[in-house]
Amino acid sequence: MLNAIAGKLRGIGHRIIDRLWRLGAAVRFFGYTLIYSGESFRRLHLTIREIYFTGVMSLVIILVSAFFVGMVLALQGYNTLQKYGSSEAIGVLVALSLVRELGPVVTALLFAGRAGTAITAEIGLMKTTEQLSAMEMMAVSPIARVVAPRFWAGVISMPLLAALFSMVGILGGYLVAVPLIGVDHGAFWSQMQANVDFQADIVNGVIKSAVFGVACTMIALFEGFDAPPTAEGVSRATTRTVVNSSLAVLGLDFVLTSFMIS
Amino acid sequence: MSDNIVEIDNLSFGYKGRLLHKGINMSFPRGKVVAIMGGSGSGKTTLLRLIGGQLKPTHGKVLVDGKVVHEQDRHGLYLLRRKMGMLFQFGALFTDLSVYENVAFPIREHTDLPETIIRDLVMMKLNAVGLRGARNLMPTELSGGMARRVALARAVALDPEIVMYDEPFTGLDPISMSVTCNLIKKLNDALGATSIVVTHDVKEAFAIADYVYIVANGVVEAEGTPDGLRQSTEPFVHQFVHGDVDGPVPFHYSAPDYRKDMLRGHDA
Repeated sequence: MLNAIAGKLRGIGHRIIDRLWRLGAAVRFFGYTLIYSGESFRRLHLTIREIYFTGVMSLVIILVSAFFVGMVLALQGYNTLQKYGSSEAIGVLVALSLVRELGPVVTALLFAGRAGTAITAEIGLMKTTEQLSAMEMMAVSPIARVVAPRFWAGVISMPLLAALFSMVGILGGYLVAVPLIGVDHGAFWSQMQANVDFQADIVNGVIKSAVFGVACTMIALFEGFDAPPTAEGVSRATTRTVVNSSLAVLGLDFVLTSFMIS
Repeated sequence: MSDNIVEIDNLSFGYKGRLLHKGINMSFPRGKVVAIMGGSGSGKTTLLRLIGGQLKPTHGKVLVDGKVVHEQDRHGLYLLRRKMGMLFQFGALFTDLSVYENVAFPIREHTDLPETIIRDLVMMKLNAVGLRGARNLMPTELSGGMARRVALARAVALDPEIVMYDEPFTGLDPISMSVTCNLIKKLNDALGATSIVVTHDVKEAFAIADYVYIVANGVVEAEGTPDGLRQSTEPFVHQFVHGDVDGPVPFHYSAPDYRKDMLRGHDA
């Protein structure tokens, strides 16, 4: 009985220590990525290529989702606002929801699913097929050549994607609110203009998406780099990328929002 | 300048509490082809990784060109690696780059040569492995043998002093095997490099090697010239060289008594 309890406790202890080790390894990995960023900036074409793969290739899913999210927001918002006789405020509601929260958060979640998994699988497979080892043996740092360009591509792409998400979302909301429901065109835009603050809403939204960009890209890169070099290892790493990125985004969103509101 | 470009001195290496190498000594003279042989799982590839500084020894040291590999900082290690070329078991070509770009990769990374000279160098290397015509193909369009030849061209792109081959003959058809075998010998002579060939293919290794080490149970069990080993009467060497089923190396992995194991039923 005592042995069984001791065994269980040992198991829990091992798991906690393993997690801490991984966290430490991830922080070191992040540090190395920053240190080697200089080398990757010298080869800017690599970062630009990755911006295409992570940013541009994610555009379709991001923009289509944004359009629908905007339309749903307008429908739901109007439904509630009209009960209080303030349906003209629909523009503000859609814009603030998107710029402050949904833009950065949903973009980050979609980014983790679309680009994050691609990064993890690609790097995991590069490791499995010894491409990273080959690079090391050619005296080329895989962190400078492979990791850092993808990191900066993710960090640059995310705020841009989030901004586009908010813009297209507002357009979707407008199409539902004005032509479909019949909210006054002027009221929709003027209320939005009067109540959306550049510093408190837009800049804070950009800060959020930049932080999410760092978190999502770093998680995807680390999981790929740390994946056991087997088919199962890469598949698990890809799953972990989505799970960990989503949790990190939602957790960080709460922390950032609480700082921004206080 | 020492006659040996690589020396392994009393090297031990352990992994997860298990000692894979127990005091190995080897030397690799300049300009020679040296084969490291041994059964699967005997730690041959690990030896290459220790020479390349991708792993650190538990005890002992590896010297490359007189420098202790594991004592080098990153810069020093990368300088040593510039003298090495390594052919990985399955080529390890960069799948997002064409054959041409794969071979050009180390040249682009380490030199500022103009594009015309890079093109000439890449063409020369690809011609040496007979794949100049395949320069525009992607790695996924190559057969296993071709991929390995491209990887070989990439490994020697910067004319290294040491070329390491990790199981270069595994999974090749007889023609590709002979082609690879001849290439290793030809490139070694042309570059004046030292070749370290890790393999378990006795025929091919003995055909090209000047000296052979046979590794088993974490130690160098036998060493000598191919002719010397072929004529050896030592039971292990005889079994290994001639591929006998019976001998000092058991067929079965360590297991309990067969009869008892079978009668035990499902609780095993």
